[in-house]
Amino acid sequence: MTLTGVSVRRRGRTILGPLDATLNGGGLSILMGPNGAGKTTLLRALHGLERVSTGDIHWTDPKDAEGRNQGFVFQTPVLMRRSVLDCIAYPLQLDGVKRAEAREQARARANEVGLNVNLDQAVMFLSGGEKQKMALARALMRRPRILFLDEPCANLDGRSVKEIEEILLRIKDGGTRILMSTHDLGQARRLADSVLFLHAGKSVEQAIGDDFFRAPQTAEAQAYLKGEILL
Amino acid sequence: MWQAARLVATFDPDLVEITALSLRVSLGATVIASLIGLPLGAWLAVNRFPARRFVIAILNALMGLPPVVVGLMVYVLFSRSGPFGVLGLLFTPTAMVIAQVIIITPIIASVAHQAIRELWADYHDLLISLQATRLQRIKTLLWDGRRALMTASLAGFGRAIGEVGAIMIVGGNIDHATRVLTTAIALETGKGEFDMALALGFVLIGLAILVNLGLHFISRTERGARW
Repeated sequence: MTLTGVSVRRRGRTILGPLDATLNGGGLSILMGPNGAGKTTLLRALHGLERVSTGDIHWTDPKDAEGRNQGFVFQTPVLMRRSVLDCIAYPLQLDGVKRAEAREQARARANEVGLNVNLDQAVMFLSGGEKQKMALARALMRRPRILFLDEPCANLDGRSVKEIEEILLRIKDGGTRILMSTHDLGQARRLADSVLFLHAGKSVEQAIGDDFFRAPQTAEAQAYLKGEILL
Repeated sequence: MWQAARLVATFDPDLVEITALSLRVSLGATVIASLIGLPLGAWLAVNRFPARRFVIAILNALMGLPPVVVGLMVYVLFSRSGPFGVLGLLFTPTAMVIAQVIIITPIIASVAHQAIRELWADYHDLLISLQATRLQRIKTLLWDGRRALMTASLAGFGRAIGEVGAIMIVGGNIDHATRVLTTAIALETGKGEFDMALALGFVLIGLAILVNLGLHFISRTERGARW
């Protein structure tokens, strides 16, 4: 996809952009940047959750632009007041799939993401990592072509982070394009095929993952990778 | 006091008849008001339109609608010379149900709106992300918020079963026709028949508790594994 002069304004204040960027091909792209850089806003704008005030988002394949072909995992998983299985099955039920059939497919997705818990319990009883796996399984129900993840591992312990990363790599290998924001430099190094570095709502640097971490080109990215505080 | 207990224990026929009519009218009104109020509350929570705040303010104000005034309005509408006089509904249980529906619909809609608004705040991003249609959003919110909505309906039922002003006017408290627990209590107290009035009072309180317990049991809200 190509972003040209994309900006998002809220209550008269520009919170993102104007931003130009190109995200090519498949794989896993990481959105990086300090708090307030616009990572979440950009993900939400790409998914249609945020109205773009100016500019244009051009999708190379128009099919990718359809919301149905996109999945979104929020930083804090949205917990529906249902059982785990019904939560995961929900997208298919919206599509008119019979409950029994949707639940069967949900069971398979839960298995795929390694959610080995009692699926008939209320979702609120899951641990943080399990809730995030539930959200992942739900986002995968419609077999999306693109998966957006907004800091999916924030507040998770090491073991859960590792499990989620392994699942993401499997999803990527399955052909789903992933765009994910993270604050975790280690995670970004482990996962990134490419990096889009944002600062103060602007795209500062765009690079292949390895290149970005080995030789960042901009002063902001260099400072960020050194662990300095960017204002 | 003993007289009151005896009337209840022996299922006094008059008492049973009055109690049954009370239940029929109040439950009927609660069902109809819920069918209107619950979707209305959900719709107001999900939709944004220019006069939304005004409509919500009016709805909240209508929660305090004086029953006597509602009774008077229904009376005027259904009296022989009124626009709906031809239906011949005045002094029938149907008129009582209509009055109660008018009184409790704003209560049910307001409580439902509050509950659904909070749920909508939680679900908003997910439902938009999954491209749920407006109808699907409302259906999902009504289903997932059913516990809170049951509370809304029960609040309406509580108001209906204890209501006396409006149904006295539109029902007329006619023996074996429109006499319900509250109007009978008013009548018996006026006559100085405190035993009967007390017996009716106990039944009224017991009925309200039983209906609440029954609904909670049916919905099995305390089962740990499910909502």
